[in-house]
Amino acid sequence: MIKVENISKSYGPTKAVNNISFRVRKGDVLGFLGPNGAGKSTTMRMLTCYLSPDEGTAKIDGFDIHQDSIEIRKKIGYLPENNPLYLDMGVIEYLKFIAKIRQIPKSSLKTKVDRAIEICGLGSYSHKDIGELSKGYRQRLGLAQALIHDPEILILDEPTIGLDPHQIIEIRHLIKSIGGEKTIIISSHILPEISATCDRVLIIAKGQIVGSGTPQELASISGGGLTINTGIRGPRENVINALNQLEGAVNIKNLGEENGVNRFKLTADKNKDLGEKIFFMVSKNGWSLTELHREEINLEDVFLDLTTKEVS
Amino acid sequence: MTNIITIFQKEFKSYFSSPVAYIFIISFLVVTSWLFIRTFFIADQSSMRSFFSILPWIFLFLAPAITMRSWAEEKKLGTIEILMTLPIKDWEIVIGKFLSGFFFLILTVCLTFPLAITIYIIGSPDMGPIWGGYLGAFLLGGAYLAIGLFASSITENQIVSFIVAIIICFAFLIIGEDFVIFSAPAFLVPILSYLGLGAHFQSIGRGVIDSRDILYYLSIIVFFLFLNHIAIEQKK
Repeated sequence: MIKVENISKSYGPTKAVNNISFRVRKGDVLGFLGPNGAGKSTTMRMLTCYLSPDEGTAKIDGFDIHQDSIEIRKKIGYLPENNPLYLDMGVIEYLKFIAKIRQIPKSSLKTKVDRAIEICGLGSYSHKDIGELSKGYRQRLGLAQALIHDPEILILDEPTIGLDPHQIIEIRHLIKSIGGEKTIIISSHILPEISATCDRVLIIAKGQIVGSGTPQELASISGGGLTINTGIRGPRENVINALNQLEGAVNIKNLGEENGVNRFKLTADKNKDLGEKIFFMVSKNGWSLTELHREEINLEDVFLDLTTKEVS
Repeated sequence: MTNIITIFQKEFKSYFSSPVAYIFIISFLVVTSWLFIRTFFIADQSSMRSFFSILPWIFLFLAPAITMRSWAEEKKLGTIEILMTLPIKDWEIVIGKFLSGFFFLILTVCLTFPLAITIYIIGSPDMGPIWGGYLGAFLLGGAYLAIGLFASSITENQIVSFIVAIIICFAFLIIGEDFVIFSAPAFLVPILSYLGLGAHFQSIGRGVIDSRDILYYLSIIVFFLFLNHIAIEQKK
């Protein structure tokens, strides 16, 4: 569906995007993850034909971004970064304007506008001016604008930035519900955002792709094994000794002592059931176990790891 | 074509979304009527010559004020990114924006028709110069607007856009004036007097509609709209 080949873009001397290539299949939800200024927005802007790449090209559904920009724009619904809106327009007026330029015929204009308003939950605000809307509703309007022509591809640049946690969940649900068979690209610098919504993640740093895969795959790159947190009440030295002798435990980190409880973080070798071993060890020594849990896949580490590394 | 109309409607409506447009129209009417009536009864001539002779100077501020928002605001708000990722060609946006400003200007100028009617009733004016004067005013205004749009497309600051537009318009207005012509080297004189915005306005204002004058204004308009188009493309 989307085929990006070696695109680069510079702003003056700084290379915002440096030779990026990737593909997106129809129906995929792809996440761009990266720190601010990594080149996520620039890449999206090139795909939406707002910027044209200095080098390389991208094909969307067989259309080339250099030659068939209008055809491509028809297929894409785009929510730019910071969700720019004409603040002096009315909600309905704005959606009608977008719909008209999107070549939606007069006969179905009203139904399309109503549908977009309904999907995005703008119903009770549809007669207001955009300037009067709160941030969350502006974001909904931005989405409504991107959806109005029922595009095959949705490109959303940081759709949840600046929203409160409640609104973030709402917008996330909204994106999921409209997803269906649409191809979606979402960018974010917030990890849970991406792992919650995307099938596949591209980690971008300094204009280059530094990692890609499913959220699970990326997590397994980081430590290799799984991480266990545990708290053990018992004599400190003995506990540390016992843990060190435990088979399969590598990289034991002492997180400190609190009210007689020693807390540790351990990385386990693959396929060893370390949790059970810790339990038997503790019970054998007559200590008590206050905490034992396996850490969820931690994209955060991968992210920090990949994005702070010097890009060679 | 439908895209141009859609852009035109949106832009035209946006002029009236704030009270600025009304303040603007009213102050234009008050100032021009005052300047006209002040001398009208003294001169005791039933013509609108004095009215049309001050128009280029009033337009000098009016037209840049109309256009200063049009690109600068889009850039400042970021809505230009929405606009330019819609399936619409850049030149359609340029034309749509130009036409909306042009119609706003025409509307404003047409509201001075009570002056023309007054003169028609109390005197027996030669209608040629009056029709010619209005036509010239529209063309001159169109040229100023095209310049103003271009100025707006190179900045995201409305004030900068306004001032740059005034400077360019002013330059085009005075290069055809006698004052400049006399001090210019001889070989430049025909070029300068041809390029000056004012001289063509005066010749249309005499009621003689010469296709060269119309062609002149159209080429100024096309030229600056073209520059405007380039300025937007450049951003890509």
